[in-house]
Amino acid sequence: MNLYKITDNRASAVAIADIPVVDYVDLYNDLKERMTDVRYHVAHYFATEIERGLKFYMIILDDQSGEVLITSFVPDYYAEGLASLTAIHPQFHPFEREMWELYGVEFTHHPWLKPLRFAHNRRNKESTMDSYPFYKIEGDDLHEVNVGPIHAGIIEPGAFRFICMGEEVLHLEIALGYQHRGVEDEMVRIQNRLRQSVISESIAGDTAVGHTTAYAEVIERLAHCNVGASLQRERAIALELERIAMHLADTGALATDIGFQLYQVACEALRTVTINTTQAWCGNRFGKSMIRPMGSNHPLTEAKIETIRKNVTDVRRRYNEVREDILEAQTLLARFEQCGLVPKAEMYRIGGVGMAARSSGALRDIRTTHPWGHYATNITHNAITQHDGDVMSRLATRMEEVLQSADYILAMLDGYKPQGDIAQPNYEPELDKESLSFALVEGWRGEICHVALTDSEGNICKYKIKDPSLHNWLALAIAVRSEGISDFPINNKSFNLSYCGHDL
Amino acid sequence: MFLVKLLNTLLMIVVALFITGVINRTRAVMAGRKGIRFFQHVYNVRLLLRKGAVYSPTTTILFRIAPCVYLGAAMVAFLFIPIADLEPVLSFRGDIIFVAYLLALTRVAIVLAALDTGSSFEGMGAAREALYGALVEPALMMGLATLALFCGYSSFAEIFSTAQELNTNLTIVMLLLAYVFVIIMIIEAGRIPVDDPKTHLELTMIHEVMCLDYSGVDLAMIQITGWLKNAIFAMIAANAVSVAFCFHWQFTVPLAILGTGITIGIVESFRARNKLSRNTTYIITIVALSALVLLTGFLLNLNIEI
Repeated sequence: MNLYKITDNRASAVAIADIPVVDYVDLYNDLKERMTDVRYHVAHYFATEIERGLKFYMIILDDQSGEVLITSFVPDYYAEGLASLTAIHPQFHPFEREMWELYGVEFTHHPWLKPLRFAHNRRNKESTMDSYPFYKIEGDDLHEVNVGPIHAGIIEPGAFRFICMGEEVLHLEIALGYQHRGVEDEMVRIQNRLRQSVISESIAGDTAVGHTTAYAEVIERLAHCNVGASLQRERAIALELERIAMHLADTGALATDIGFQLYQVACEALRTVTINTTQAWCGNRFGKSMIRPMGSNHPLTEAKIETIRKNVTDVRRRYNEVREDILEAQTLLARFEQCGLVPKAEMYRIGGVGMAARSSGALRDIRTTHPWGHYATNITHNAITQHDGDVMSRLATRMEEVLQSADYILAMLDGYKPQGDIAQPNYEPELDKESLSFALVEGWRGEICHVALTDSEGNICKYKIKDPSLHNWLALAIAVRSEGISDFPINNKSFNLSYCGHDL
Repeated sequence: MFLVKLLNTLLMIVVALFITGVINRTRAVMAGRKGIRFFQHVYNVRLLLRKGAVYSPTTTILFRIAPCVYLGAAMVAFLFIPIADLEPVLSFRGDIIFVAYLLALTRVAIVLAALDTGSSFEGMGAAREALYGALVEPALMMGLATLALFCGYSSFAEIFSTAQELNTNLTIVMLLLAYVFVIIMIIEAGRIPVDDPKTHLELTMIHEVMCLDYSGVDLAMIQITGWLKNAIFAMIAANAVSVAFCFHWQFTVPLAILGTGITIGIVESFRARNKLSRNTTYIITIVALSALVLLTGFLLNLNIEI
């Protein structure tokens, strides 16, 4: 029996009837073997309420062939519970925790089912942030340090509980779930596509373009809409601009955290140029209102192309100087090298994605493995990887990606003449009925996955979002083990994960 | 006599107020910025002095009296420091040891207050401060010992008023000492590379984290103490240079302000902080250097004919 519906990241939505409904035991046995191969990783795994009970959907990515494997099952879970996949493949942990929290699905042999984000519709209302079961180690030589959930400055809420021996961190547990935004429910409650686009922009404010692109792709795949090469190209430019801006900001922030004023101010200045370029294009520095389903309100003009070309060339040149200096700054290297190691095998085990995974040598880049839009047709993306998996690797990945993205943008702008063939956004498209549509987008942080299910009237009845942070928070906790607690900030900054992307 | 002492004290206050301004301005210029007002730190403290203070219910009387001890000890030490050949308010034989232990007393006060809060952050900060304080103390004592050994006196006033004619041996030792005292100042003041006063990250702080629970007048007292301690070390370093080149107080004052201020400003612009665990090595290196200076001073003092 075929366990999966096989598709890819360019195809239209899949009819729910085409997705095999399998027996969980068969799926479990298959995944037990399959996921030991690092070419596979889980992109999404969620449950949705049906007439009686729950229906589970799972999306597995094959990084080698570019295939996307979709499957579903309807277990009689009240009877015996489901055998936990986390127990054998830790990368499933956030998904199983979420389903346990929302619907009370019992995953047997799960190492420790902890609440994930304290959603308003969680099953057990007794479970609150105050009763979060932190991991504990007893001992006279140990001390606990709790940072947060309220932090200084403009940082979002999240509690970090360190168990230390002197300055050395033995264990870090990160407890998120302080925001209760209910984004996924809002995406279903509000069927207005314009308002849904605006919500998508706020899923993670620093990845506005990435998440809106994923949303727009989901809608377009449900509407069988081909938006055309020009719009695909402009979306790719916007996505790469966002990548440059965020990587620049993080380079500066890493310098700030070690008190290195020179690179801090240099990168802050460059970031301002970059986000001002985005503002000159769409009126918002973070690319809000840039991406809309089926069209665009801000098609590029000759003048805008010239501005982007000029600024990106300038930023690329100046940043390259900063990069070369950084690679020779001994005091900086002394801080970043061999600090916060996450080995490649560990990254694969926990299902790490994106830039952080690539820094450990794990090739996880949707632009390479599951290209979509402009990346599928015009760019052969060579993902940048490092092998050390330390803070310096993550900085090095950023620095090289800035140059690479700048080159992509300049190449995309070269010889590009606006044809006036970009449509206005269409907020009322006819959507496929009873279908599942997903979109994978490589945001600056990593793999963004949006999934929508439609009902018999073509309304969205389930919307699931996955920000790359969901996987990578665990990588941060692993990175700081046996490091000095005072090196936690640079590790944290080297991942720069999203709190709100996690607390949907 | 009285006027000289008054002049000395007033100039020391000027040094105390100006150094932070020079550091801030140097950093701003190096960053290509215009920077905050030169006396912004003074305005900030004036603002703090007008504010009330909030005390955590877990703290005891220790937490309340610590800022007074902290400021008081530093103020007394401040009165012992001469500017080149000017006479300080207080002076007696052996006051170099007295000043060193007054400065140690300030550290004890703030460390105990930090522990008193019961906060895990402040506990870590106190542990770090105690460790680095203990490590840097030999460097300070050996630096002072070299001064006493070379000049033949044991009070600051006498040591620095003995600048006679130029003497190569004296110049070498005094310049080395000035370097050691500037580094000790950086460590004591919690500047880069040992600590970063600008950081917002509690986990990496040393000095700042110990003051997290202080507000209003108490915080103002702690900041004023910081200026005074800076002035003490900057002036000892500048005095050493003055002795080396027979400068008078007119040169020593700008030297103390600009020399240390610009040095710290430049260092803070162009290098990263040490990894915390490497601070230990860094400070021990300074101790070793200080021991070397002491040895050099001792050998040169023997006046062996070669």
